[in-house]
Amino acid sequence: MNARIFYENSETSQEFRCAERPLLAVRGLTKRYGERIGCAEVSFNLWPGEVLGIVGESGSGKSTLLSCLAGHLAPDEGEVVFATAEGPRDTVTMSEAERRRLARTDWAFVHQNPRDGLRMGVSAGGNVGERLMAVGARNYGAIRGRALDWLERVEIAADRIDDRPRAFSGGMQQRLQIARNLVTGPRLVFMDEPTGGLDVSVQARLLDLLRGLVREMGLSVIIVTHDLAVVRLLADRLMVMKGGRVVEQGLTDQVLDDPRHAYTQLLVSSVLQV
Amino acid sequence: MSDYNFAYLDEQTKRMIRRAILKGVAIPGYQVPFASREMPMPYGWGTGGVQVTAACLTPDDVLKVIDQGADDTTNAVSIRRFFQKTAGVEVTEATAEATIIQTRHRIPETPLTEGQILVYQVPIPEPLRFLEPRETETRRMHELEEYGLMHVKLYEDIARHGTIATSYDYPVRVEGRYVMDPSPIPKFDNPKLSGNPALQLFGAGREQRIYALPPYTQVVSLDFEDHPFVASKAEHDCDLCGASDSYLDEVITDDQGNRMFVCSDTDYCRTRRAAGLVGRLGGEAA
Repeated sequence: MNARIFYENSETSQEFRCAERPLLAVRGLTKRYGERIGCAEVSFNLWPGEVLGIVGESGSGKSTLLSCLAGHLAPDEGEVVFATAEGPRDTVTMSEAERRRLARTDWAFVHQNPRDGLRMGVSAGGNVGERLMAVGARNYGAIRGRALDWLERVEIAADRIDDRPRAFSGGMQQRLQIARNLVTGPRLVFMDEPTGGLDVSVQARLLDLLRGLVREMGLSVIIVTHDLAVVRLLADRLMVMKGGRVVEQGLTDQVLDDPRHAYTQLLVSSVLQV
Repeated sequence: MSDYNFAYLDEQTKRMIRRAILKGVAIPGYQVPFASREMPMPYGWGTGGVQVTAACLTPDDVLKVIDQGADDTTNAVSIRRFFQKTAGVEVTEATAEATIIQTRHRIPETPLTEGQILVYQVPIPEPLRFLEPRETETRRMHELEEYGLMHVKLYEDIARHGTIATSYDYPVRVEGRYVMDPSPIPKFDNPKLSGNPALQLFGAGREQRIYALPPYTQVVSLDFEDHPFVASKAEHDCDLCGASDSYLDEVITDDQGNRMFVCSDTDYCRTRRAAGLVGRLGGEAA
């Protein structure tokens, strides 16, 4: 099947066609761990404003793929071309300095465990302000103002700004991590199971918040999850992975409502109905 | 003279340390790893500074050792005796007469001159350490000039205390490149780091690092636009010599709440009193 065709037929294709080239173009991305493969021959385009979900069981290579895309792991083959402000660049071959500059300006990474993405010994305001200071903000009042603004946007009370994340609940920590990542206005956000480890009512609120932010800021997102409800709510397009390979991709509703590949059928039918 | 090799260390070790020093001078603010030796004193007592001093010392040098500004405290006295015994060099307490000054956590008040060497004892040379515990990561951050984290520390200070409360060990940026830990000198001394005519060497024995500021290097203390760096000191004059421009120690004199402020630089204070300058308690206490 050809994902491209579904995609051209979608209602939103109008605005996507306006963009001349994809924000992220991935070609033949392969990562091996010795004899085993992490992910193999993954190719896709991500267009500005699009949310791409990657689903699959544990060990299917989705986190490896995300790490390769975000530059945390060096892939063995393939290219990841990102549309930087200066034009398309292959992030696999660019220097580490450039890649890290991208990582703190145009990119953001939301970890599954907020402890991996936050500085637990630094106050909430300092956590949000770190990216601002990393790109050269040197006015305390302005940094604090932006931090307050973002805490409000992720529904954290302003009087918690000087508390450390340790004193926050799991859901608040995750929202703080999102604020910390979005404060510099990135264009591409990588999310690794952002709702994992949260209880369902907190998950629902977080998803609501994420959906609002994605739409409002026009973010492009690559979201890795094993929770089909999350991609149903957030993702425009879906990639299903098994054994390191992409077995099916297409519009989210199409894939979930009419799965073609045997594994996708199994995955969709495995969801518990309450 | 004694049975020790000149200045205790063997010649090959001194050459190794000199190579590290030269590299440090060539790249101001960069922490050069070196093979720190065991010294006959515990870590934390200036083993790094002693090794740097030993590598720089020549028989013609005049050595001064200070500990928190004072010539007569335990650390200063023991290191001075160590070099008298192992190198037989002349020692002095007068800043202007010394060619090498080993210091623990102060820069002398008397301005240094060209040709002098100031050797600092450094406990923890990595300014990013308390925010980022991984050595691999801090090295990468220095390499790529990712110093946003340093300002996070200052941000936390202002958020918690209303002002930048860091009063010693205040981070600086050297020639617009490396962020450097100036060893725990009070931030009052930070402006003296910049444009200093003397060669400044930093030795960390336990952490095995040497770094340097060549003469007349530009050194800027980090700050925020709306919370600028202030070189603070106690709002007093010295009670012995009346100096208003020197860094002061607070001394509690009895259990009635009386206290006095005295110059932490003992040589500076003594020179002023010898010139007839007297502070508030100068007559009685001295």
